[in-house]
Amino acid sequence: MSRGGKNRAAGLFTKRRVFAYPYVVWMALFIFSPMLLILYYAFTSDGAFSFSALVWAVGWDNLRVLLDSLRFALYTTVLFLLFGYPVAYLLSRMNRSVAALVSAFFIVPMWMNFLLRTYAWKVLLGAFTNILYTESAVLLGMVYNFLPFMILPIYTTLIKLDKSYLEAANDLGANNAVTFLKVVLPLSMPGVLSGITMVFIPSTTTFAISQLLGGGKTMLYGDLIYMKFITEQSWNAGSALSVILLVCVLLSMAFMKKADRSTAGEGGGRLW
Amino acid sequence: MNDRHLIELIDVSKAYGGDVALSHVNLYVKDGEFLTLLGPSGCGKTTMLRLIAGFIMPDEGRIEMDGVDIANVPPYRRKINTVFQKYALFPHLNVFDNIAFGLKIRGVDRNTIRKKVEAMLELVNLKGYGGRYVEQLSGGQQQRVAIARALVNEPQVLLLDEPLGALDLKLRKEMQVELKNMQQRLGITFLYVTHDQEEALTMSDTIVVLKDGVIQQVGTPTDVYNEPKNPFVADFIGESNIIPVIMLDDFKVRMNGVVYACVDKGFGRNAEVDVVVRPEDVDIVPAKGARVSGTVVSVVFMGVHYEVDVDCGGYEWVIQTTDYVARGETVGISIPPDAIHVMKKTKQTNLFDGTAYPDDGEVEFCGRRFRCEGLEGFEQRAEVLVAVAPADVRLIAPQDAELTGFVKACMFLGTHYEVTIVCGEEDWIAYADDYMETGEEIGLSVPADRIGVSGT
Repeated sequence: MSRGGKNRAAGLFTKRRVFAYPYVVWMALFIFSPMLLILYYAFTSDGAFSFSALVWAVGWDNLRVLLDSLRFALYTTVLFLLFGYPVAYLLSRMNRSVAALVSAFFIVPMWMNFLLRTYAWKVLLGAFTNILYTESAVLLGMVYNFLPFMILPIYTTLIKLDKSYLEAANDLGANNAVTFLKVVLPLSMPGVLSGITMVFIPSTTTFAISQLLGGGKTMLYGDLIYMKFITEQSWNAGSALSVILLVCVLLSMAFMKKADRSTAGEGGGRLW
Repeated sequence: MNDRHLIELIDVSKAYGGDVALSHVNLYVKDGEFLTLLGPSGCGKTTMLRLIAGFIMPDEGRIEMDGVDIANVPPYRRKINTVFQKYALFPHLNVFDNIAFGLKIRGVDRNTIRKKVEAMLELVNLKGYGGRYVEQLSGGQQQRVAIARALVNEPQVLLLDEPLGALDLKLRKEMQVELKNMQQRLGITFLYVTHDQEEALTMSDTIVVLKDGVIQQVGTPTDVYNEPKNPFVADFIGESNIIPVIMLDDFKVRMNGVVYACVDKGFGRNAEVDVVVRPEDVDIVPAKGARVSGTVVSVVFMGVHYEVDVDCGGYEWVIQTTDYVARGETVGISIPPDAIHVMKKTKQTNLFDGTAYPDDGEVEFCGRRFRCEGLEGFEQRAEVLVAVAPADVRLIAPQDAELTGFVKACMFLGTHYEVTIVCGEEDWIAYADDYMETGEEIGLSVPADRIGVSGT
């Protein structure tokens, strides 16, 4: 149609690329330019090019917070796997309509604002337990808020798993436990990796949960950045910290991608 | 092969949520034989295979292996292995580990595993492919891996669920020969499911023909081809001329007004029967002096032979011949006595549960009310049994009809087609003059004086 070149105006609209323009503009304005600004602030000091902010950011005090955050994210991820995988597995074996109902219980709270939910936990933990303002409270808050992001990708891979693989394993002498270990688990790895990507990075960068439930005692990397930007108005320091976090996130994503490729196979069902 | 019954199905029934998949099936499988379950889709053949594999349990009846009931033995404890329809090879394992899967689970030592897997790879002509992943293999190679993965466990029975369905014609033919050779060499019992009658005839020792969850015939390929038990088997296996005839006496039938000698007996005198004549058994002879003659209406070259349709005044014969005849030519037809296979007539009537409304002159069945005569004597809303002969069912355009359904099967019976139509829950049998495509929507009507009503 448009190849004939007879009607250029019509050609413009039949090129589907045109529909992406609004978002491209949006991306340039609100994602790409802030990134450039962060890079600019990270590499300047009082308007002049300088490494001082970055040098400060890789100082031991800051690195310790980063390591603390990573440790925290690791704990939460392990907890996610311990809770999330069995739930996803049970969901996948349920009758579809029951599974839809049960998964609604996970999804409905997600429609409520994340801060509201965390405030609710603060009230609950304060009233009924003595763990408020401890690391456990922060862990609990994270698990509660991010668990669905772990369950859903695993659930998706599990329900897409061709039942004939299970039958084949059974047929070849594997009982249900062996079938799970040798077939179901390896074939659901793409979902697990997808889930980890979905929860590990947000867990590393969160700040509201640790402030509300940790009472400022647990300082995560997100809190540090928040403090520099908002409390101290030190944009250069905040930007430098952000750049380091960004590098960590990109590294971990690259690592996941690689791990995903090595679990080869059509198990499919990665969310992103 | 020996006569020991390795597997025996005794009065086995299975339904899926009210849909009958198998109905009171009795069958035995001899040790070392190549048995094929043959039938159209939905006939219950895969259900039977899955019952034997142990993936599903029978609702009724017993499944015995070596005389022991195995109904409650889980699949992983049966000495049976399966080649799945879409192979179900594990995508996360390479070819070697796929084949070694069963051996590893049984705890066989590494050296033995290596030896056995290598031997299997050689058997299926895939030497050197052990390190490849499933997605790097062609359909035919995946097929071989699936067979190797099952056979390496040295099962007593190998189940194959339409294993060649996904392959192209040439490869399928090659694999047929290979499978048959393999089975004879290893002496393992093969239970093979297919809807391809040619495949069944080529490979099997025994063919089991299934339709709607009921076994129609069990026999050797030659038996099933030459002596089909009913029109369904005759029509499903190979091409055939099926003609309703009168069996005047033993060895004597009257077909389309002409008396022929035949080799069958024991149907009684003047019995209504069906006769099947295979197209290759009909001889074309000079019209002069022939007892039956007709006009050639079509000639199609099929490679080895011509397929010729000859119209003999209302009845169209399908004939396969190597001699060319021209369209429009008048030819004679001769049928040798041993070409005439007599089958018991399968009398079909449509029977439904209904409710009588004599005050309105109507009867309700199949979710519709029909005008009906002869309801005197029944009470209003009485439960009745409704009978409609297939010949009385009129097939009309769906937009003109109160009751519509979809064609499920269409079978040529010589002078007309017998059509099975699904209307919601019920199946109707009707006769039609023209062929109807499966899935076609069609309207049904029955004249008021043709609905037979009786009390229940």
